[in-house]
Amino acid sequence: MSKFKPTYKRFNEKAILIEWPFEISETILSDVLNLKKKIENALGYRIIEARSAYQSILVLYTDYIFDEIHAIKELEEIYNSMSNAVPSQSKLWKIPVCYHADFSLDIEEITQSKNLSKDDVIRLHSEAIYTVYFIGFLPGFLYLGGLNERLFTPRKEIPRRQIEKGAVAIGGNQTGVYPNESPGGWNIIGNSPIDFFNHQKEKPCFAKAGDRIQFVSVSLKEYVTIKALVKSGVYNLESEQVV
Amino acid sequence: MIKVLKPGLFSTIQDLGRFGYQEFGVPYSGVMDRQAATVANALLGNHKNDAVIEMTMMGVSLEFKCETLICISGADMCPKLNGIPISNNKVLQVKPKDVLAFGRLLRGFRAYIAVLGGFRTEISMNSRSFYKGVTLKNQLIKGDCLRVKTFEGISTNKNALLKVNLDYLTINEIEVYKGAEFDLLSMAQQKRLFNSNFSISNINNRMAYQLNEAMENDLRAVITSPVLPGTVQLTPSGKLIVLMRDCQTTGGYPRILQLKESAINCLAQKYRGQTIAFKIT
Repeated sequence: MSKFKPTYKRFNEKAILIEWPFEISETILSDVLNLKKKIENALGYRIIEARSAYQSILVLYTDYIFDEIHAIKELEEIYNSMSNAVPSQSKLWKIPVCYHADFSLDIEEITQSKNLSKDDVIRLHSEAIYTVYFIGFLPGFLYLGGLNERLFTPRKEIPRRQIEKGAVAIGGNQTGVYPNESPGGWNIIGNSPIDFFNHQKEKPCFAKAGDRIQFVSVSLKEYVTIKALVKSGVYNLESEQVV
Repeated sequence: MIKVLKPGLFSTIQDLGRFGYQEFGVPYSGVMDRQAATVANALLGNHKNDAVIEMTMMGVSLEFKCETLICISGADMCPKLNGIPISNNKVLQVKPKDVLAFGRLLRGFRAYIAVLGGFRTEISMNSRSFYKGVTLKNQLIKGDCLRVKTFEGISTNKNALLKVNLDYLTINEIEVYKGAEFDLLSMAQQKRLFNSNFSISNINNRMAYQLNEAMENDLRAVITSPVLPGTVQLTPSGKLIVLMRDCQTTGGYPRILQLKESAINCLAQKYRGQTIAFKIT
């Protein structure tokens, strides 16, 4: 049995929200992902989906929930009967990022405010191994945990109206990649040439919650090459199996 | 086939939405006013998920290249077939070269055109609902040609009767449940929510409706969590944002209220400057 005691709340006509303590941790993440899978298996066609975030799951039922108490009890039973998290198959993805001056629009602000060199920023950003907590905000936007504290940088006071596809950025204690053009307030330090979302693929995103990410610094020349390979659909993103 | 002569202000193809892809961050989308779209499809004898045209504030102008049946629903935009006024919520037979156009917006904000068998536009991730980055198009443009089912000449539902209640187009009451973070609100904040009206700002679209009035807010941001269409967020400035069908899948502001499904339809028919009052259900 797990050591947490999640809470259950009706969200609307067809949904119930399950919440863990208000904190971001890998222990909670594995509990969340474990329960999500169990709910999907146990409830099958009775749910449209179970959506997870850092410390919550929203269970969206196919039909109106007439008996809320019963539905919650059923979820509690699934949770309580859960054995400890079986380490699920996860992958470590090596994401090429070009930190060249053409892309790193805000890197100088970070180097100045943190008293770091540009190389320090790149090294700290690309040596860390990040955990994918979930995908949200925009199609293909990965919520990552594991940014080095020395790189924590407040969001920009005035968000940019348009951020380029692939922009690699830091906002507060988080880092992420904009999968498509979008407005945004994070500090841009590089750009990744790969696709984070492709609606034509059977798996629209390569990564899933629980996977790991590492950024690999590439030169402008390599960036251009990878971008061309991605465009013609022949680029193979490097990954390795981790437990 | 049906040709778009004029696209209106912002017109899209929508079905009931794209479900099962939130784990990739893909919004649900789908018709803003489900009641209106469902009525039009039902009158035609269509499947409830058949795709319709959703028009915002200003209607499209269409030329039919084939014979078929249509039905208009939702907002009253003074529809005309070949210049002759026609009614909402009635099945009409059209023939090649007929032109459907719209006039002044009289009531509501979003109107729908359903066609026998639904519009046969591109399916992406199990849905025809337009959404940038998921479907190739994100709004209708002049010259678009929309594929429809071949009309067999038998219209079993032509005289179908369905009593349509249109009160929801004009009422200002928005029925809500308590949101996930409702209990964090002070008594004064709760009173403010239910005892005063809120007006719709100029920032209102398929993603969200922002409301003008700010309320006192000392709540901290929450850890990014799931949201749904109809979730009311309290932003740091004290302004309320009501998420709509194209909303992002997760958000970091306190979720203080959740609209009933029927209240989302109701809000979808409101526009800038109109007032609403939240009522707990």
